[in-house]
Amino acid sequence: MPTNNMTRLDPNSQAASRGLSDLSIRNLFIIPTIAFLIIFNIFPLLYSLGYSFTDFRASTNAPAKFVGLQNYRDLLNDPFIWKNFSITAKYVLISVTGQVVVGFGLAMLLNRTIPAKGLITTLLLLPMMLSMAVVGLFWKLLYDPNFGIINYFLGLGKFEWLADPDMALWAIAIVDIWMWSPFVMLLSLAGLSAVPKHLYEAAEIDRAGNIYTFFRITLPLVAPILMIAIIFRTMEAFKTFDLAYVLSSQPTTELIAIRLYKMAFQEWQTGMSSAFAYIVLIMVVAITNIYVKYLNKVKAR
Amino acid sequence: MKHKISGMLAGAALSALMATSAAAEDLVIFWAEWDPANFLQELVNEYEEETGISVTVETTPWADFQTKAFTEFNARGSAYDMIVGDSQWLGAASEGGHYVDLTDFFKEHNLGEVMAPATVKYYAEYPGNSGKYWAIPAEGDAVGWSYRKDWFEDPAEMEAFKAKYGYDLAPPKTWAELTDIAEFFHRPDEDRYGIAIYTDNSYDAMVMGVENAIFSYGAELGNFETYEVDGYVNSDKAVAALENYKKLYSYTPPGWAKTFFVENNQAITEGLVAMSMNYFAFFPALLNEATNPHAANTGFFANPAGPDGDQFAALGGQGISVVKYSENQDMAMDFLEWFIKDETQKRWAELGGYTASAAVLESEEFRKATPYNEAFYQTMFKVKDFWAVPEFAELLTSANQRLYPFIVGDEGTAKETLDALAADWEATFKKYGRGQ
Repeated sequence: MPTNNMTRLDPNSQAASRGLSDLSIRNLFIIPTIAFLIIFNIFPLLYSLGYSFTDFRASTNAPAKFVGLQNYRDLLNDPFIWKNFSITAKYVLISVTGQVVVGFGLAMLLNRTIPAKGLITTLLLLPMMLSMAVVGLFWKLLYDPNFGIINYFLGLGKFEWLADPDMALWAIAIVDIWMWSPFVMLLSLAGLSAVPKHLYEAAEIDRAGNIYTFFRITLPLVAPILMIAIIFRTMEAFKTFDLAYVLSSQPTTELIAIRLYKMAFQEWQTGMSSAFAYIVLIMVVAITNIYVKYLNKVKAR
Repeated sequence: MKHKISGMLAGAALSALMATSAAAEDLVIFWAEWDPANFLQELVNEYEEETGISVTVETTPWADFQTKAFTEFNARGSAYDMIVGDSQWLGAASEGGHYVDLTDFFKEHNLGEVMAPATVKYYAEYPGNSGKYWAIPAEGDAVGWSYRKDWFEDPAEMEAFKAKYGYDLAPPKTWAELTDIAEFFHRPDEDRYGIAIYTDNSYDAMVMGVENAIFSYGAELGNFETYEVDGYVNSDKAVAALENYKKLYSYTPPGWAKTFFVENNQAITEGLVAMSMNYFAFFPALLNEATNPHAANTGFFANPAGPDGDQFAALGGQGISVVKYSENQDMAMDFLEWFIKDETQKRWAELGGYTASAAVLESEEFRKATPYNEAFYQTMFKVKDFWAVPEFAELLTSANQRLYPFIVGDEGTAKETLDALAADWEATFKKYGRGQ
């Protein structure tokens, strides 16, 4: 039997006296959201799906011609697009791994009683509060081979961080790690402080070593929240645009978001770029699903 | 209900407010953010003094100039009445119906002869040789070179150069000399480098740089009428030109892998290089003591000739077009009538704009006005440009994808690079049904 979950409005309440029924209050809250979602998300999503099967170009007056799956075929056969995908995969791997290692490490260091802990935590969070473009511009100066402070301190001479095709992607990932490790740290810290102290006491009584305690107690208990951090960071890293766009224009750093931007707004291949966006969307959804499945498994343990 | 009405009233008041603020500007010209746009603002201020019609030059950084302009066009927006658009846009903007056809205006004022021929061909006409005009040549521009006079005129350097290469050290007349001089001054341990060239692979930066070599070597990008590219862009001459460009890259300062006009002027102001490639439009800053400590020692020369004596330069610069969606088209046409007058063009040149008016260009007064005007005058009669077809951006993307890994990343050979580029361009032209 279906139950009505809605709480009845108290007939003596102010809202009731103004003549607003339960239904109108519900609508008042829901309709704007639904309308917003439909106008700005669902409608463009479906509209661009339609475009992805045409040769439409927003820059001309020529009518869009239906080309079937041609755009998808062309894109998936383009070796440069595959290169963009493998670059993006490499970037996601480097930057998310780096963020988890650094972020979790920082959280472990902070998860104890130390003086000025609050201040240190706040200072560590600063990078994450800056704008991506500003961070990109700062690091471009830091990396500069002629006057950059990084080469100066590391004694690397004129090492070309951003001009070297093999190094550039790492250089961008390092900036991303610097910027977003605090985010992983923050979530990990929340997870760590939730681990019951009595488990550690029990481990100590059993004379379990530090490494054993870490892998058998700390990590499994923090894993669910760490997974959430990883999902967020993977999705963000997958669509990185600004940082890479500002820092370097190497073909070895052309992430899919950059290629997509160029295709859509410099070349005005609207149909083709809609198809591209759909391919990216499907990939992001697939990857997120794998993570969520894994997260559920971790939680179930 | 009362709330609804007051909300609507507030909205109406707000839109009325916005409408009045828009009406305060009579004409809006859209251009990229650079010195010539400031000079144009000064020029149009004089138009306001004469006619009472205010003109605003609105600008945006170069990197998103194309994107912003076409976003406005595609939305059929009336924010801009006129636009000083890049020469490559002609195809996309005319076929897209975004520009007003200026053919009649052109004929009425005989602009084909009033303006320098190359500027008419590249800034105004589309398709090539069709006799249809979409813009008035406004800012003439091409790639030239600046160099360090004091390094070139140092007796010790001159002697060492002569001993090594067997001829006198002077501004290069050929690409071979250019390469020798770059090699000669390239001394990384002294923090001095040979040359600064364009290497930024976004939009048209690096492609314009490579074009200087390709055109002067006597090669072409393709046949602009039949859209054939095989045998043009991958000809032996083009291959040799690309190899030369790559060789120049080895004489650039460290980190020279994403460079365009800003970096190339910096190379001179920071005292890094002996010679630097740049658009003439950026040379005024090099003569300004406030922006260039080496201003007194900076000289200029035109793009040198190739091995067979061909001498061309990549075209920059823009024409001014009337936007089809403007609500002030008549006012814009009146403005253009004023803009093409000889005295306006002369004033434009005095303010720092690079006029395309043949009479002003040829005048002794103009050619003597600055140390680079003579080189500019010579260059403007031997310029060539990139494709102006609507899909030019796709052609640029392929060029960047192929050229950059070879020049900067040292991948493959020049022949392989240009063969692959020719195949890409052929595929693009085929896709749009050109030349069949």
